[in-house]
Amino acid sequence: METKNNWRAWLYLAPMLFLMAVFTFYPLFNAFVISVYRDYLPLANEGAGTISGYTLSNYSVIFNNQLFWQAVLNTFVLAFVSVPVSIIISLFISVGLKSIPKLKGFFQSIFFLPYVTNSIAVGMAFAVMFHRNHGLFNAILSWFGISAIDWIGGTATWWAQMGALMIFTIWESLAFKILVFTSGLQNIDKQYYDAARIDAASKWTIFKRITVPLLSPLIMYISITSLIGALKAYNSVIGLFGERLGGQPYSMITIVAFVYKYRSDFAFQGYYSYAAAGAIILFFITLLFSAMQTMVAKRRVHY
Amino acid sequence: MEIKMVNLTKIFTAKDKKEVHAVDHVDLTIPSGKLIGLLGPSGCGKSTTLYLIAGLLRQNEGHIYFEDDEVSEMPPEKRGIGLVFQNYALYPHMTVRENILFPLQNLKVEKDEAKARTLEMAELVGLQEMLDRKPKELSGGQQQRVAIARALVKRPRVLLLDEPLSNLDARLRLQTREEIKRIQRETGITTVFVTHDQEEAMSISDEIVVMKDGVIQQMGAPQAVYDKPNNLFVAKFLGNPQINVFDGEIRNKKVYVNNMAIASTKLADQKVKVGIRPEGFTVDNDKTSDFKFEINLVETIGRDTTLIIDIPGEEGGLLDKHSFKVIVDASHKIDSGQTVHFNVRPEKLHLFDLNGELLK
Repeated sequence: METKNNWRAWLYLAPMLFLMAVFTFYPLFNAFVISVYRDYLPLANEGAGTISGYTLSNYSVIFNNQLFWQAVLNTFVLAFVSVPVSIIISLFISVGLKSIPKLKGFFQSIFFLPYVTNSIAVGMAFAVMFHRNHGLFNAILSWFGISAIDWIGGTATWWAQMGALMIFTIWESLAFKILVFTSGLQNIDKQYYDAARIDAASKWTIFKRITVPLLSPLIMYISITSLIGALKAYNSVIGLFGERLGGQPYSMITIVAFVYKYRSDFAFQGYYSYAAAGAIILFFITLLFSAMQTMVAKRRVHY
Repeated sequence: MEIKMVNLTKIFTAKDKKEVHAVDHVDLTIPSGKLIGLLGPSGCGKSTTLYLIAGLLRQNEGHIYFEDDEVSEMPPEKRGIGLVFQNYALYPHMTVRENILFPLQNLKVEKDEAKARTLEMAELVGLQEMLDRKPKELSGGQQQRVAIARALVKRPRVLLLDEPLSNLDARLRLQTREEIKRIQRETGITTVFVTHDQEEAMSISDEIVVMKDGVIQQMGAPQAVYDKPNNLFVAKFLGNPQINVFDGEIRNKKVYVNNMAIASTKLADQKVKVGIRPEGFTVDNDKTSDFKFEINLVETIGRDTTLIIDIPGEEGGLLDKHSFKVIVDASHKIDSGQTVHFNVRPEKLHLFDLNGELLK
C-alpha cells in the first residue's frame, strides 16, 4: 500500500478522532489536571473555579482515607472472584446449550434477558429476594434447615453483603458471556469433535483439551472486558443496596462509587480533586491489569 | 480385519421431508489387509458409507461386522478405527507430538509406551524432525501424514481415509499416494479410502468399489473393472480420456455404428450402445475397414498421438457429444483433414443395452 497519500485515511478517521478527542482524551487529560489542583472550588469565581496552586497531596489524602481502601478491597474482591466464576459458569452453560439443539433458542433467550434489563431494576428485584424475612434466598436456605441470614440489612456481615453482591453480579454478567461463547462454539469446526470422538476422548477431555483451547481467544477477550467492567462496578451496588452503598453506610463502596461520592460533594474545598485523583488511580489499575492479561494471553492463547 | 456390510442403508431426510437414500441396501465385503478405494461421483454415498463404518453416522438398516464382531450399534470410539478426515482435522493448538499422543492419552496407555509408539509412528510417516511443530507450520502433505500417524498410533483394526488427497497440489498428490500405499503395505492394515478421482483410486487400490446413487455398481481389481465394466456408468467413470460411446445396432452378428460395420458379435439383432476405449482403435493402413473418420485435430505428446474427431450433429451416432478422442501410436503420421480407417480391438469394445447394462 502506498503511504504517501494517506490523507484520505485521516479524513475517514476524522469524525471518530474528533469525538474521541472531545469525549475521551480531553476529559482524561482534564481529570489528571484537576487531580493536582490545590484547594479546588469548581463553582467559585462565578463558575470559573478557583485554585491555590498545584500539588500531589490529593493522592496522599486519598491514600490515607480508610474509605478508599475499603473501596479498593471491595472492588478487587468483586472483580477477581466474579469474573472467573462467571466465565466458568457461562462456559458450562454454553457447552450444555450446544448439546440440546432443540431447546437451545429458548434457553438462549432466557439467559439473554438479564442483558436487556436495566441493572438498577434487576438490583431492586434482587434486593427483595435477599430480604431477611420475605426473600427467596432465605426461603431456599430454610429448606435445608439453615437459619435466616441478613444479606443486605443493617446487621449484615461484610461477607454476607459481598456474597449477595457477588451472586447478583455473576448472574447479571452471564448473559453476554453466554451469547459470546455460544456463537464462538458454533465457529469451531465439527470435525475436531468427530476426530476427538474417534480418538476416544471423554466429554471432559474434549471440553478441557479441545473446546477451551479453541475458544481461548474469546475467553481472553471476555476476561479482559469483564475485568475492566467489574473494576468499574457501581450500578450493582446502587441497585442492591441503594444510596447507602451497603448494609451499613459505605460498607460495599467501590472505587467508582468513591469517586462519585467525592464528585457530588464538590461544594467542599478540594473534594473535586480527590474524585479526580481516585479516577486516575482506577485508570492506572485498569491499565495495569489489562496489560498483564495481554501478556499472559501471548503465552496461553491459541490463535 | 475383514469388513462386512449387510443390507446397509442410510436415509437422510431433507428439510422438505424428502428422503434421500444415500446408501441403499449395500452388501459389501472388504477383504482383510487390502487397500480399497470407494469411488464415485460426488453425492454417490461413498463418504456416507465411510462414516457408517466409522460410526459417526448411524445406519437406518443393516449391519456392519469387523470379522465376527458386530459393530453396527457401537459408538465410534469402541470400534477401533482410525479415520483421516478430508481436511485432516488436526488439533491446531497442539504440536505434532501432542496430536499423535492424544488418542493414546485417552486410551490411558502407559506414558513410556505412548512415547515410544508416538516416535514409531512419526518415523513411519517420516516426520520425526517435525514433532514439536504446530500443524499450521507444516505443508499440506505433512499435515496429511500427521493425520495418518494419529489415526494409526492407537493400532486400529481398520484405517479409513476420507478424500485423502483432494487438498493437495498435483505433485504432492502423486507423492502422497505412494506414501499411503507404502504405509498400508508396511502395517498391513485393512484400509478403505474414499475418492472421486478415478485415476487416484486405480493407481493405489488393491480393489476398487464403484458407487452411484447409494448403490454399488461394481467391485474388483482396478484393471479388471476397467477392462470389464458391468455397465455404461462404470465404463464412463473409469478411464481418461473417457470411453467413446456411440449409438449402434447389431444386424446379422455385426455391430454397426452409423451404418459402418466395426466388429462382429454373437449377440442377437438389437439396438445397442457401443463403448470403445480411446486406445481401442488401431489405424488400418490398408484402408480396407469400413470404420473411417475425417480427423479434425492431431495432438502428439511423447509416444501417443491423440486424434480428435468431430462429428457434425447426430450423424455419427455419438452419444451426448460432438467429438471424440482416439489414441494411437505416435509412429503413425497423420495430419488433420485426412480420413483414417480404423479397426477396433475386440477387448476394448463393450456393448451395452439401451439401459446401460453390459450385454454378454
